This record gives sequence, C-alpha cells and structure tokens, in this order.
Amino acid sequence: MLKILVVCGNGLGSSFLMEMNIKKVIKEIGAEVEVEHSDLTSAKGYHADIIVGTKDITSQLSGYAKELIELNNILDLEDMREKVVKALEKFEN
Amino acid sequence: MFLNQMLSKNHIQVNVEAKDWENAIDLGGEILLNEKLIELTYIEAVKKMKKENGPYIVIAPGIALSHARPENGVNKTSMSLIQLKNPVEFGHEENDPVKLVFTLATTDNKSHLDSLRQLMGVMTESSDMDILFTTKDVDKIVEVINKHS
Repeated sequence: MLKILVVCGNGLGSSFLMEMNIKKVIKEIGAEVEVEHSDLTSAKGYHADIIVGTKDITSQLSGYAKELIELNNILDLEDMREKVVKALEKFEN
Repeated sequence: MFLNQMLSKNHIQVNVEAKDWENAIDLGGEILLNEKLIELTYIEAVKKMKKENGPYIVIAPGIALSHARPENGVNKTSMSLIQLKNPVEFGHEENDPVKLVFTLATTDNKSHLDSLRQLMGVMTESSDMDILFTTKDVDKIVEVINKHS
C-alpha cells in the first residue's frame, strides 16, 4: 500500500491538521493509502511514497519521496484533492 | 481534552495590537506564560523555528498556529487565541497578513489531538471563522468554541 507522510516542522500541530484533511480527501476519492504524520527530521528516514507539507518543508525534503505535495492553505480541501489525485496518478500501473 | 478546556475564555483576546510577527507570537504566548502553562523558552523556540524553517506556522489565509515541541518548555497542554487589531506580515507568500494567532502548547503528542480535531471543526465552518476574524466580543468567540467542543 502507498504511504503518504504529512510533515511539519515539529510534527505536532499543523501536520496533524493536514493529516486530518488529507484523510478526508483520501476517503472521498476512495484511494487505498496509508496516511501518517511526522516532524521534519524523522520524515527523512521514513521512506514514504508521497510527502505532503507546506512549501518551506517540502523544499527541504526533495529526494526523500517519489512525489512531493506542496500545500499553502491546509484548510483548502479542493486544492488538496486536486494535488493528491495528481500525485496518485503517478503511481498507477 | 476538549477544545474549550484548552482554549478557555481567559485565553482569548480580541483587538490586540501587535507591531510585527515576533510581537504577535510573544503576545499569544504570554497569555499561557502568565499562567505558567508554558515557559519563556517555548515562545523563543517558536520564533527560532519560524526563522529557521520559514513561515509554515501560517497554516491558512490570515491564520497562524504558533507552536513548538513539548520539550521546549510546556507545563500543561493549553491553547490561546489572539485576534489582532491590525494584521501583521509573517513573510508567507499566500497567507499573509495574519489576523488570528492560535498558540498551541502540548505536553505530549496525544493529549491535544481531540482539541485539534475540534479546532478543525471551527476552522472549516466559514460563518464561525468570520466571527473569530471580526468580533470585538470575546463571548462571541467563546460561544463558537463551546459549540465545537
């Protein structure tokens, strides 16, 4: 199963809020993926397929996952859905 | 822990004057510091992380979630909210300027999760967010918080 990791600087606040919304989106689109959250440092050893974070976080994680999803507004579910769908397409086949 | 236990009425201030983002983080943190719920080191840690990692604490347009880690000096899981009189720039490309600063302090990685879930309930209801952004009456915010707790 694909692993999505939601990351923030300390892994306790924003990443949890993002994880909640990402799970909502995943449920809506019916994708079978695992979603977890972590801080920036532990994200590097996590081997996630997709990393989700705000811009300043993902810029420090390029190369640590096949796909990076950058979010500006963690409350914008439509933007999130669009980006998640696009990232998941890369894993088809 | 429910949201209204963490973010009680005495932890909410409206029409707060902050001169810049650091001042805004200080003012939000001081509410918890004054009750010894956090140490000064916690506020310093938030500012340090913002300087090192960028303005990621601005999680949505106009909203900052000021937080660091339990080991940075948290005595009790708690939250404060300040609504700024004049929005301040945090240096975020899309979400500036910030008008609401939530300061979140947690002693571990679990005790605040129910409250955050409830906070997300508040944040995804635009009529409630309008109240948080605009009211000059703390009781109106307390009503919103209670509704979601």
